[in-house]
Amino acid sequence: MKKVLLSGNEAIARGAYEAGIQIATGYPGTPSSEILETVAREYGTEIYAEWSTNEKVAMDAAIGAAYSGRRALVTTKQVGMNVLADSLMYAVYTGSEAGLVVVTADDPGLFSTQNEQDNRWYAKLAKVPMLEPADSQEAKDFVIRAIEISERFDTPVVLRTTMRVSHSKGVVTLGERAPVPKDIGPFPRNPKKYVMTAMWARERHPVVEERIKSLALYAEATPLNRVEYRDRDLGIITSGVTYAYVREVLPNASVLKLGMIYPLPRNLILEFSKNVEQLIVVEELDPFLEEQIRALGLKVRGKDIFPPCGELLPQKIIELAAEAGILSSRKVPRSLYKVPEGLPPRIPVFCPGCPHRSTFFVLAKLGVPVAGDIGCYNLGCLPPFNAQHTMGCMGASIGVLHGMAIARLPERAVATIGDSTFFHSGMAPLVNMVHNGGRGVVIIMDNGTTAMTGHQDHPGTQWTLHGRPAKAIDIEAVVRAMGVEKVRVVDAFNIKEVENGLKECLAYEGVSVLITRGLCVQVSKAHGGVYWVDADACVACGTCFRLGCPAIIKSEATHPKTGKHKAAIDSALCVGCDMCRQVCPAKAIHAPQEKEGG
Amino acid sequence: MKKLDILIVGVGGQGVILASDILAEVGMVLGYDIKKSDILGLAVRGGSVMSQVRWGNEVASPVVMPGEVDFLLGFEPLEALRVIDYLAPESIVIVNTYPIPPVSVSSGDASYPSLEEIKHILKSGSGQTYFLDATGVAMKLGTARLANMVLLGAFAAQLNVAFDVWENVIKNRVPATYRDLNLRAFQAGRALIQGGVR
Repeated sequence: MKKVLLSGNEAIARGAYEAGIQIATGYPGTPSSEILETVAREYGTEIYAEWSTNEKVAMDAAIGAAYSGRRALVTTKQVGMNVLADSLMYAVYTGSEAGLVVVTADDPGLFSTQNEQDNRWYAKLAKVPMLEPADSQEAKDFVIRAIEISERFDTPVVLRTTMRVSHSKGVVTLGERAPVPKDIGPFPRNPKKYVMTAMWARERHPVVEERIKSLALYAEATPLNRVEYRDRDLGIITSGVTYAYVREVLPNASVLKLGMIYPLPRNLILEFSKNVEQLIVVEELDPFLEEQIRALGLKVRGKDIFPPCGELLPQKIIELAAEAGILSSRKVPRSLYKVPEGLPPRIPVFCPGCPHRSTFFVLAKLGVPVAGDIGCYNLGCLPPFNAQHTMGCMGASIGVLHGMAIARLPERAVATIGDSTFFHSGMAPLVNMVHNGGRGVVIIMDNGTTAMTGHQDHPGTQWTLHGRPAKAIDIEAVVRAMGVEKVRVVDAFNIKEVENGLKECLAYEGVSVLITRGLCVQVSKAHGGVYWVDADACVACGTCFRLGCPAIIKSEATHPKTGKHKAAIDSALCVGCDMCRQVCPAKAIHAPQEKEGG
Repeated sequence: MKKLDILIVGVGGQGVILASDILAEVGMVLGYDIKKSDILGLAVRGGSVMSQVRWGNEVASPVVMPGEVDFLLGFEPLEALRVIDYLAPESIVIVNTYPIPPVSVSSGDASYPSLEEIKHILKSGSGQTYFLDATGVAMKLGTARLANMVLLGAFAAQLNVAFDVWENVIKNRVPATYRDLNLRAFQAGRALIQGGVR
């Protein structure tokens, strides 16, 4: 059998292929985005894949496909689960004609998320079975298992990964694709199962309760859960990537490795506990397993040793286990060398040539309060701009801006939101502002892509996930149709235009929208040549540094009077976007065609 | 070989992930079990990037432990210094000397340690340390983007792996039009270390 090296996300895509999944939907979000990208790239002829407008839309579409008789998969990052949860809840009541799998990629350690929520709780909340793979091989295999469980028990199944599983690679043995139905239909006319009006939902609730009991019995015997007896002094219950860490740092411990983390196998756990001296749960984030195991009446340790915050990396497990007296402190590896203190941080910054730079340069200059949103443009909260003052979740900016106005904040305020995020969840709050007579400026930063998650297309672009031409939705027309009367569209690469547009909108009494349009430089690959600084003309005022451009560096040369460093341009980084030339008050920055001294 | 832990660090846009993908594939071709873990951060350029590759007869965890890496490949000097706690006394360290100052430096909020200082600290914390101007070599070949291949070549000089193994994997991973250029950069890096640059 063929073996290949796959990331967890690539393996899930492969699993979708082998499981006979025919529909895959989702919204981009780290660390989940590569799943659908791989599906479209590698299995695009067998599986229809789509970037939906948001996770809930993706979920409903997958549910509709599964009702129709085709196996379906939905992908989301962990906070996207909050968006699709409404639909998950009804899908658990209805079940579906064909298998339905939801993949949630959680982010312990908050590498690129606004919180560290533990989506395992959704299993309990929704009463839905949940599987958790420990590596790429399992990530692939568990998708196939999830489809089997989904069809056998008539329920959606959630597959939960974490960043370390999604973004780690391992060797995977490939299999064949399961047979798929060619023709489907007619659509089931079974309203008592698929119409969740209160009177019929009331009849479905006991079905859900009975189902989860049957699933608990299934959990006792499934090979997804397994006991590995070694030294009986220490019995570890764990799942996911922490299983791999435990094997690494506590190789002699007995382990109950859970692949199915909800519902739990009661008898298997009770038996394991009888056969070991000390029972310890090693899990990242919340005491999800621990609380349920304690509820079985067992004496178990877990969160009194391992913290609920951050990743639980091998080094941390071994250190904390030694501190708790579980293993000898002599076994703790120590690093001999200390990282020097005070090293300059490398915070992410707008790329050279980024169209968002102008908006935050102007916002910093005007000093207005700014409600921010999810996207690269969130970097506007950092130096040198410090020009964004709130950020919570997808689409929150416009609602928060509205809140400032209805609270009668005396200042004129602004919301910043990207094009993809606007489609995701910015339209409803904008309609709300218009209808309720709100006030404020909504800046839609239209860079023609979903940049932060890796440049995926969205409803405003001309391409589908399969790379086929798509109808692009015109943001300006949408905004006008919503009843926004003051709409300005400006070139994001023209700072004066952005500033004038913003001032005009700020002066407006109602709801205004400023669309700052300019393609993401990673998409356009635009290069206007390398700019240069006339060192004699540079007055070392530092204005260009306030653009926060990595290509603008400090020159060794200083101003004779102030002693301040003059500016220089790193030729390896500059892409010639022209913004620095526009802001230089001494006209010391030049385009390449402007010759030295010219 | 029981295991080989390789840590690769650099700055977004330097090709760290491509280099670590190649390292992982080479390990697999050689018949090892492989685990690899990437910290990608945001898609924007200029953030810290870390990739960990583990070769072994059986590898459970995708992450390496502080104090235990066999190799550190630093694509940028400051980033190499940032992970000195991963080194063991016998670690082999290969560092590109071309600095990429973070914006916190150009904005005046922080200062970049001198290259001499970085060299001194790293040398005190490893078995063998090689500093090379990989970016300079790459620029001579046409583009700074080839620095990852120069560093990979320098790493390859430490291992007894046939060139055609590297060649095949690299060929499969880079666009056809850049194959020869990438292989030339790889060879240039290999020659640098074999020539004994310390």
